[in-house]
Amino acid sequence: MRDVHYAVDKRPIFSGVTLTARRGRITAIMGPSGTGKTTLLKLITAQIFADRGQVSVFGRDLSQLDTPDIYGVRKRMGMLFQNGALLTDMTVFENVAFPVRENTDMPESLIRLLVLTKLQAVGLRGAADLMPGELSGGMARRVALARAIVMDPEVLLYDEPFVGLDPISLGVILRLIKHMNQALGITSIVVSHDVQELATIADQSYLLSGGCVVAAGTPQELARSDSETVHQFMTGSEEGPVRFHYPAPDYASQLLGADEG
Amino acid sequence: MSNAARHGTILEGLRKVGVTGIFFVRLLFACVSALARPRLIIAQIYNAGGRSLIIIMLSGLFTGMVIGLLGQDVLRRFGAETALGTLAALGLLKELGPVLTSLLFAGRAGTALTSEIGLMRATDQLTAMEVMAVNPMSYVAAPRFLGGFIAMPLLAAVFSVIGLYGAQLVGVQLLGIDRGVYWSQMQSSVGIHDVTEGIVKSLVFGAVVSLIAVTEGYHAEPTAEGVGLATTRTVVASSVLTLLLDYMLTAVFL
Repeated sequence: MRDVHYAVDKRPIFSGVTLTARRGRITAIMGPSGTGKTTLLKLITAQIFADRGQVSVFGRDLSQLDTPDIYGVRKRMGMLFQNGALLTDMTVFENVAFPVRENTDMPESLIRLLVLTKLQAVGLRGAADLMPGELSGGMARRVALARAIVMDPEVLLYDEPFVGLDPISLGVILRLIKHMNQALGITSIVVSHDVQELATIADQSYLLSGGCVVAAGTPQELARSDSETVHQFMTGSEEGPVRFHYPAPDYASQLLGADEG
Repeated sequence: MSNAARHGTILEGLRKVGVTGIFFVRLLFACVSALARPRLIIAQIYNAGGRSLIIIMLSGLFTGMVIGLLGQDVLRRFGAETALGTLAALGLLKELGPVLTSLLFAGRAGTALTSEIGLMRATDQLTAMEVMAVNPMSYVAAPRFLGGFIAMPLLAAVFSVIGLYGAQLVGVQLLGIDRGVYWSQMQSSVGIHDVTEGIVKSLVFGAVVSLIAVTEGYHAEPTAEGVGLATTRTVVASSVLTLLLDYMLTAVFL
């Protein structure tokens, strides 16, 4: 991404964001809630387009592509959604098989083999016949991960993959991200605000705040940064340049005013 | 209402018509690729049609019974009870069959379509499809539109046939009109153009209700309230447009 500007209803989300995800590496995008981390993934998957600047994937400027070419780019990507986004009228097996059935002419026997292999990788081969409504949040996320990798993508995007996971599922997901990166050479972009987890797997990190990249480097470099914003984020402090409280009138006078009213 | 507010309402109405128009064109293109997935269309015909069958049959039966009762009472005043078959057939085939089926279809299948697609939007299922290089217009919207479009005339036909038997049940079995007269009057006075009018109306209503239901669901705010509002808009817009179009089509066929 180069000098990307993007606004919603004239409210700027990004004001000149530049970042690069290197091939075969794990890139972490961190930042407080509401900084546009998920919007960033939408730009990378061409669901939305930058107002200014350039978003390139596989060396191609997304804004210059027509719909079939965008679909061609998406076929080389996988994405893990924050809530899983499983198709609720299909079984776990059908969900994982869905992109293969829709995008290839693979025979059914091969699809079965492929899907069971991916489900085995996420530990849910035994849940193949369950419906999404019968899964826990962590299991749904793992099925969604199996679906994201079933087409053997070159790039994998993760939207808040660690939210709400129990320690075992968290460990499994972390290992899977690392394994897919190391064994298969998949380029991974992980959007999250879980600093500790990201520090264990990321090769490169970017910290977004106020619509800009405020820091970039390895997680260790970010931890040593002198920047107040980085320090506040890495230590989880309420005090600092990133406001925790939404702008409001004076607390005491508002409480007293309510009392009088 | 102030001038500014009136202009705002008019602009919002025009915007809505524009959005629906553009969506309809996209939907028609998507229907071409959706035809390659007949399994999905058949499933939607079942969802929209099969699952509405009981309510349509019951409504048709009671509507026919009311026609039998009321028709016999009114026609008796003019000494024309034997024309009950004609009244029931023309009333059901040309008007009540398509119109009431459309209203029931909007309430039963239209709301289901809107809420289903709206919830798919709210839970990122449509976005997930897009990211998986699957066009949700072809996979979700078009099969549901085609399913509703095909199911509606079939339901209207079922409604009319059951209604004719309902009118016969009351007029012939209970009130004593001759069975032969009931059916022969119908045969002699109902022409193919009357049947055509009913078929055309139900096709138009099917297209309009399905289009509204799919459009509202696809553009619903991805929240619980947004999906609820979209569902309400589907029923209101479908019902009003059904009655408006019914008047216009009746005028055309006269």
